[in-house]
Amino acid sequence: MSVDGVLGVPPRTTATRRVNFWRWVRSDLRAVLSLGYLFILIFVSVFAWKIAPYSPIEQNVTELLMEPTWSHWLGTDDLGRDVLSRLIWGAPNSLYAAFLAVTVAIVLGVPLGLLIGFLGGWFDELMSRFIDALLSFPPIVLAIAVTGALGIGLTNAMLSVGFVFAPVLARIVRAQTLVVKSALYVDAARGFGAGTGHIIWRHILPNAIQPVIVQVTLMLAIALLAEASLSFLSLGVQPPQASWGGMLARAYNYIELAPAQMYAPGFAILLTALAFNALGESILVALDPTMKRR
Amino acid sequence: MSDAVAMAVERAGVAPPGKALLSIRDLCVSFRDDSGWTQVLNNVSLAVNPGETVGIVGESGCGKSLTALSILGLLQKRDVLRTGEINFEGRDLAKLSEAEMRRVRGRHIGMIFQEPMSALDPVFTVGDQITETVRTHFNVSRREANERAVAALAAVRIASPQNVVSMYPMSLSGGMRQRVMIAMALVCEPRLLIADEPTTALDVTIQAQIMDLLLDLGQRTGTAILFITHNLGLVAESCTRMLTMYAGQVVEDGPVDKILMQPKHPYTAGLLGSVPQPRQRKSLLPSIPGRVPSPHEMPSGCRFAPRCTYVQPPCLAPQALLSADAERQVRCRRYDELTLPGAIS
Repeated sequence: MSVDGVLGVPPRTTATRRVNFWRWVRSDLRAVLSLGYLFILIFVSVFAWKIAPYSPIEQNVTELLMEPTWSHWLGTDDLGRDVLSRLIWGAPNSLYAAFLAVTVAIVLGVPLGLLIGFLGGWFDELMSRFIDALLSFPPIVLAIAVTGALGIGLTNAMLSVGFVFAPVLARIVRAQTLVVKSALYVDAARGFGAGTGHIIWRHILPNAIQPVIVQVTLMLAIALLAEASLSFLSLGVQPPQASWGGMLARAYNYIELAPAQMYAPGFAILLTALAFNALGESILVALDPTMKRR
Repeated sequence: MSDAVAMAVERAGVAPPGKALLSIRDLCVSFRDDSGWTQVLNNVSLAVNPGETVGIVGESGCGKSLTALSILGLLQKRDVLRTGEINFEGRDLAKLSEAEMRRVRGRHIGMIFQEPMSALDPVFTVGDQITETVRTHFNVSRREANERAVAALAAVRIASPQNVVSMYPMSLSGGMRQRVMIAMALVCEPRLLIADEPTTALDVTIQAQIMDLLLDLGQRTGTAILFITHNLGLVAESCTRMLTMYAGQVVEDGPVDKILMQPKHPYTAGLLGSVPQPRQRKSLLPSIPGRVPSPHEMPSGCRFAPRCTYVQPPCLAPQALLSADAERQVRCRRYDELTLPGAIS
């Protein structure tokens, strides 16, 4: 009678979710590295006031555009400010910007996509065309327009970036919802007495969310760059506040005098974007039960 | 058995039932598409008594699964019209609101789906899915629900249920998944279990195990089973009564042994003739010529007439479901004249 039990099931001891989590961390070096990097970044952001060797806004006109020295590890910028200190003070601004934009995109986009996909019919037609219309705008132009309407500043700039990202997520979630909605297990759940809200929340959302996780990590990286672009256009972080995008934009002006100025903010953005992406891939693998036992 | 029902009904506080646990009368279902309304179920009537196992047989597209979905009210609300009575434990399910229907589904009527490979949600463990059903219908703690899930898995004879509750469906075989489905369907101890081709997707040896299990559990818990299949062999082994459906209608209804011995509708006889017999090794497998008419091109008279070898001009008029005797009904005006071959001769 227990033919299945003997043949199909490898014997397993106490395998709780926590154990699975740590096993995943140990087996996935990429995840550990990216998580470690992001933790260090968050630590630096929180304790920026303590770690930074100089003030990020104090100018020193006697030391302009210096090469790295022992007193200024990453050199100084065009106003004589310490680049390392600005990089450290830029971390919280850049992280805040990226997370704010993506949070807004998730809060707006995911429920909208679920609703559109689940309800379908004329609502789907209407909303999908609306989303198409939004996506036909160049994203930065749309973000600039929304920022203009909301008012200039980092928070408003990133709210508008989130608003621009939201239709992208909504479209992905809608497509996934359409697939998952017709799955037999959704019918089965209904057949066992589950209500509509329960079905959307417990069965459709978890099955539709995987591509969103990857997209979100990509968006974190794009949001970093969007912050840079908007700060470059002086719609984002207002001088003399530091942000990586703003530093990059500023260094760009002096690319012929001091090309090394680009490296610090550039690598910070690159590494952070890379870490977000790597983490997203690892989460995807960890969340997918069919990929777990490799 | 009826005492148990009466007690269950008293507890639930609804009107005492008739003799049958489930009795469907004149169920019609129509779908709307671009060309208008199309009727896909035509005056389906059937009854399931408490503790009884009733089989519904017929080719694909005859309305068997549709009947099951209609009972549970699982058809889309939009573009679907359902009329008729579905009396279950003294209530007409057709008149219940969606919220009331939710309390019936899973709790009083369980359902097992055809494909165990896709009927379980891949992102939740087996235990999560069973406890979810328990907690939908009973106000119990997470821990108690989990205990019930383990007990339900043990009841469907899964070895080491404590380990299986924390497994994901993908790590289970088809047979195991169907056992899990059965456990889910029975964990709330429903009065009626609808099994929609529960063994079709499984291989033959597992089929037999699953059927044994279903029947044994049904017998022990006194759960009535409405068993939808196109495998006449399984009906013969497991059911007391059977219905044959063709093109959205019930064409024959009666005790299994009598129908198998002497079918009265040519379609039932055709189905019986199409079962492979080990002795006729070299002959061609007999089959019924033609196919089930699509709902758009339904014959105006007897729906089986175009495929029937016994067709006569009066057959081209609509056929009513006639009572052949106290237990049997048949939708064929010639049932008395014909002597059709049965499975057992």
